[in-house]
Amino acid sequence: MLPSRFEYHRAETLDEALSLLATYGEDAKVLAGGQSLIPMMKLRFAYPGHLVDVNRVPGLDGIEERDGALRIGALVRHHALETSELIRSRYPTIAAAAPQIADPLVRNLGTIGGSIAHADPAGDLASVMLALGATVVLRSSGGSRELPLREFLVDTFTTQIRPDEMLTEIVVPAAEPSSGGTYLKQERKVGDWATVGVAVALTLRDGRIARAGIGLTSVGLTNLEATEAEEALAGAEPTDEAFAEAARLAAAAAHPVSDVRGSAEYKRHVVDVYVRRGLARAREMAAA
Amino acid sequence: MEITVTVNGAPRTADVEPRMLLVHLIRETFGLTGTHIGCDTTSCGACTVLLDGVPVKSCTLFGVQADGRSITTVEGLASGGELHPIQAAFKEHHGLQCGYCTPGMMLVGAALIERNPAPSEEEVRFAISGNICRCTGYMNIVKAIQAAAASKAGAGADEPAA
Ligand SMILES: Cc1cc2nc3c(=O)[nH]c(=O)nc-3n(C[C@H](O)[C@H](O)[C@H](O)COP(=O)(O)OP(=O)(O)OC[C@H]3O[C@@H](n4cnc5c(N)ncnc54)[C@H](O)[C@@H]3O)c2cc1C
Ligand code: FES
Ligand code: FES
Repeated sequence: MLPSRFEYHRAETLDEALSLLATYGEDAKVLAGGQSLIPMMKLRFAYPGHLVDVNRVPGLDGIEERDGALRIGALVRHHALETSELIRSRYPTIAAAAPQIADPLVRNLGTIGGSIAHADPAGDLASVMLALGATVVLRSSGGSRELPLREFLVDTFTTQIRPDEMLTEIVVPAAEPSSGGTYLKQERKVGDWATVGVAVALTLRDGRIARAGIGLTSVGLTNLEATEAEEALAGAEPTDEAFAEAARLAAAAAHPVSDVRGSAEYKRHVVDVYVRRGLARAREMAAA
Repeated sequence: MEITVTVNGAPRTADVEPRMLLVHLIRETFGLTGTHIGCDTTSCGACTVLLDGVPVKSCTLFGVQADGRSITTVEGLASGGELHPIQAAFKEHHGLQCGYCTPGMMLVGAALIERNPAPSEEEVRFAISGNICRCTGYMNIVKAIQAAAASKAGAGADEPAA
């Protein structure tokens, strides 16, 4: 399948990428891993006139903790997240999700920035980042701004990003002591999108829940944050009963549709089960 | 657009339209038809090549993205008339039937044993999970990749220490 014609621009620096985006505006798209954009162009769902290839822009592939935050560059490949020692040792929700995204070859190219900017509600990383309370950094030639991910995501394939902006970084509050988390994904086979995915992050303090984060995949128009469930958990004791109530609230917040992967009723049930299971696993980690 | 790609160790130049996919550049412009096209939707792995040593699906990359970089296709595995250990092992252990998935499987296997000299069965199965085989049931593919690792390690042990 052949995409429609476009002009190809390879940016060597971030400034060059941003100036190309400013010049071509709506008619330009950033080409990162290409693992969502190229399939869409082949199907002619997307037909940008200009592609700005940012794969060789330096400085966007870091994973580091700085000033109380984990900062992940937009060009960090899924495979790099999957194999990062920092992620493995301190961010179990990300560590659990990374190897479940797509397949190993797609993960060698696909990037976190692309996954989040693409805003497919079936994407795994946005749910993880919602659970972790992440913000995104958007840069343009004119300056930069930072938005909470939950505000950034507007609708399926739609975000707050302007045509002249590029997502450059994802910022996550640094891991706290006594915390845990995981990502549970139901997929029919390797490489399939989630039937349902649930990301959970939990921090305990003095026997109570200091913070709980829950992100849901494939059960709404965007990745959803189960805010009512999170609020019910905050300050509560981490009991099975509290988890069951949170799971009920999360399932109620989900808006799945029936499709080849399962009925809406089934998916809602999986949300309920996975939230309980994920919270219990996170509690074990937090207590360890 | 004029590009230069190192293909199986040798630089090749071509003048290509940006929308040409890497798999077509390899097959049609460079004439290397060992790289197959199966699904054309990033699902099967028949089009796998190594980009700077890393396995990727060449149906989901533009040829222009390979400019200045290095590609290994199945034709680049054997050298000096000698089969690569992965090829010898696929032959020995019947790691193929129709052969459609085989170039991709061997390239993924070769990349795996490059960084993991003794992969477990589970590690092999995880590494090839983006490559689909409709014939073999995977048993002999897994066996062949593990055997290739063992034979490569064995060959390495015979070499005098540097
Ligand atoms: C077979 C297959 C299975 C998959 N399964 C899964 C799965 O199970 N779970 C999952 O989460 N994902 C899955 N994916 C998608 C994969 O994770 C993609 O890599 C990801 O969604 C997009 O990242 P990318 O870097 O490839 O982005 P691209 O394809 O390059 O870009 C996607 C979109 O984001 C824009 N964009 C990219 N980077 C930026 C940036 N820095 N700033 C602004 N805009 C940007 C592009 O312009 C484009 O509109 C799958 C893909 C395939 C092909
Ligand atoms: S042809 Fe590229 S993945 Fe199937
Ligand atoms: S040998 Fe036929 S598809 Fe694998």
